[in-house]
Amino acid sequence: MRMVVFRGNTPSLWLSMSIVTVQLGQCGNQIGFEVFDALLRDSQSSHGLCCKRENEAYQASCKERFFSEEENGVPIARAVLVDMEPKVINQTLSKAAQSGRWKYGQHACFCQKQGSGNNWAYGYSVHGPRHEESIMNLIRKEVEKCDSFSGFFIIMSMAGGTGSGIGAFVTQNLQDQYSNSLKMNQIIWPYGTGEVIVQNYNSILTLSHLYRSSDALLVHENDAVHKICAKLMNIKQISFSDINQVLAHQLGSVFQPTYSAESSFHYRRNPLGIDWHVRPPSSGLPSLGKKSLNKDLHFNTSIANLVILRGKDVQSADVEGFKDPALYTSWLEPVNAFNVWKTQRAFSKYEKSAVLVSNSQFLVKPLDMIVGKAWNMFASKAYIHQYTKFGIEEEDFLDSFTSLEQVVASYCNL
Amino acid sequence: MTQSVVVQVGQCGNQIGCCFWDLALREHAAVNQKGVYDEAISSFFRNVDTRVVGDGGSISKGKICSLKARAVLIDMEEGVVNEILQGPLRDVFDTKQLITDISGSGNNWAVGHRVFGSLYQDQVLEKLRKSAEHCDCLQCFFIIHSMGGGTGSGLGTFLLKMLEDEFPEVYRFVTSIYPSGEDDVITSPYNSILAMKELNEHADCVLPIDNQSLFDIISKIDLMVNSGKLGTTVKPKSLVTSSSGALKTRHQKPFDAMNNIVANLLLNLTSSARFEGSLNMDLNEISMNLVPFPQLHYLVSSLTPLYTLTDVNIPPRRLDQMFSDAFSKDHQLLRADPKHSLYLACALMVRGNVQISDLRRNIERLKPSLQFVSWNQEGWKTSLCSIPPVGHSHSLLALANNTCVKPTFMELKERFMRLYKKKAHLHHYLQVEGMEESCFTEAVSSLSALIQEYNQLDATKNMPVQDLPRLSIAM
Repeated sequence: MRMVVFRGNTPSLWLSMSIVTVQLGQCGNQIGFEVFDALLRDSQSSHGLCCKRENEAYQASCKERFFSEEENGVPIARAVLVDMEPKVINQTLSKAAQSGRWKYGQHACFCQKQGSGNNWAYGYSVHGPRHEESIMNLIRKEVEKCDSFSGFFIIMSMAGGTGSGIGAFVTQNLQDQYSNSLKMNQIIWPYGTGEVIVQNYNSILTLSHLYRSSDALLVHENDAVHKICAKLMNIKQISFSDINQVLAHQLGSVFQPTYSAESSFHYRRNPLGIDWHVRPPSSGLPSLGKKSLNKDLHFNTSIANLVILRGKDVQSADVEGFKDPALYTSWLEPVNAFNVWKTQRAFSKYEKSAVLVSNSQFLVKPLDMIVGKAWNMFASKAYIHQYTKFGIEEEDFLDSFTSLEQVVASYCNL
Repeated sequence: MTQSVVVQVGQCGNQIGCCFWDLALREHAAVNQKGVYDEAISSFFRNVDTRVVGDGGSISKGKICSLKARAVLIDMEEGVVNEILQGPLRDVFDTKQLITDISGSGNNWAVGHRVFGSLYQDQVLEKLRKSAEHCDCLQCFFIIHSMGGGTGSGLGTFLLKMLEDEFPEVYRFVTSIYPSGEDDVITSPYNSILAMKELNEHADCVLPIDNQSLFDIISKIDLMVNSGKLGTTVKPKSLVTSSSGALKTRHQKPFDAMNNIVANLLLNLTSSARFEGSLNMDLNEISMNLVPFPQLHYLVSSLTPLYTLTDVNIPPRRLDQMFSDAFSKDHQLLRADPKHSLYLACALMVRGNVQISDLRRNIERLKPSLQFVSWNQEGWKTSLCSIPPVGHSHSLLALANNTCVKPTFMELKERFMRLYKKKAHLHHYLQVEGMEESCFTEAVSSLSALIQEYNQLDATKNMPVQDLPRLSIAM
């Protein structure tokens, strides 16, 4: 699992604790359900492999981050569900309620009757502004419920119309209204071989807009997760449920409580914390002339890596390999680019588990491919009339291409 | 959830429409066991309290009282509509939804379009408005008609322009039955080409179907059913051609088998919008994904499987066979061979117990044998709906925007020219007020321009795909 961080500075004050999740579109809502389910199931698990007090601290921390509590004790997810047509939200709400262990808030949904038709322009320019007030109100109510608010976790796909278009619109609004809070977007990168024919257009429009307003993009590629299901888990007939559950498992292992290096007495307060500053050097700075331990291996150059270890023997685990200068760009010292978070409390019944969150060149190839395909299609002007109909003009496309080519170039230059 | 209104025009349109409503009721009855009026049913049906007089009495929730089709039935002869109203489906329609005349259009597009168009303009508009008012959120008009006659062809395309003006945000999906070569209506080429100009200009999406293909599919099924191959028996409800198990048992009329295929097409097209699934596809996504340029909106369709064997254990190989069949020319509802022509875009709408990995495996498998246009090499749109059609455990509808429609249009143009050169039967048209020869020449040049678009695309077929130079960025 990887993260793209493209803002240089991080908010200085992260004393808050709760995360508000915004789930958008079919993909966002289907995944959101699995995430909350995985988080709660893990927190309530009795196989924590640690002492009771440890477990209780873990549970309390997890609950405070993602759930608020109702009178009868059933945790309510701190989430806002948005979709432009009702079928998926209805399903999501009832699945949560049926679990008996948690549920979504009664008034946490915003729904319309007609979807965005896989059209980013329709999501961004029509649905977004039309429903801005209602959606932002719902989000505000959820934020106000938090004693201590950390930031937003926005779950969306890039390929469709609602998650992508309304996701971009809402993130922009969040940037305007909550500029001091962290906004992390969970982006689902579509299968290379289409789910949606205009997915490349929708993707470049989404990414270029999110670049301006999001703090971090957590990327999951459908192809990669599919491979995990097929090759690592040997699932024969892979469904979207399977895929979403793998994804939720990965996210859960990032977001569940951990101790930071500084404080080993209580769980870190900031679940979305990105503790490092990443600033590319101004020109003229000499490279640090480092020696690499392993000249033969070639890695995607990173600018930041976060390792999270959970379970048995975490204190004695050797993470020195992650500090190899070969992994990092020449203008970064590994010690500034690498972080490790730990907890003895096991995750999801795995005796030992580890997750790597990485900001590196891994995304260059997929991004380059999407930009390339979108560019070829754009050159023929195919489907453009569907976007100009709703106010997204050719110049908007060109702006998106320009900004993404810059991203690709920046990463290539690492 | 949105609603759709079906507008069935002419003899063919109404016969198909009748089969559609019958099978729609059958499908919803199978899915909706509790008799509660839900959003899925509301997409095509109103729930009406028949005790209330007048137009009121719409019930939005709760138990199903009396279902009324969201339909407008138009015919310039009374025969077909009267039969519907006296038949087992009479309660599904409201007399206020009908427009009929007695004399018929005489297989003359000009009579249907100009004479009846102006005569019934206000009435049609009023009925359409009424049906729209009954919808919470109207998304789509489904027009069903034939191209070769007078009413469906002429009046059917007249109201396309009306729908565009009156309801510009509502999609217009047209199911058009094209005349086969051996059509018994001599003037069908005139009617079809005059109608095509209207389809070019005012339809969002057209599903062209021809009788010959439907007939061939039926022959294939009959052969299979009667061959007694391997001692297997076919589940009667599963036949794409049958009305078995439909709520109202009807005497199977000669065209019923063919009409049922088209009815199933419409049901499968709308299934992912009506029912839940892991990858939904709404109706507005169809034109978004399959219409890259406004004028290229003709989609060739294929349905599989055509029947289900009673053998319950379906190994994966059968599932893959379903995907292969969808691309074979025998399963297309138009005489067309998409495999050997150029794809601009393709949609696969799957129903039932099929997961994303099945879909992906088959796309990977079939991709190498298909040719896609250079700017859309991965042009697939997919959907997964959990609810299978009645009698099946899974099914597939493939919609292709493919240059294989070109031969149909070219043949039509040839037949038109053969008649037009001799000015045969032209006077029947020209004597209608407002009709001039220019109507004919404009119509045929509209078709020629369309054919030319397809020609230009075909010319790119075997050219190597080159990546275009990208923007270069100053860092």
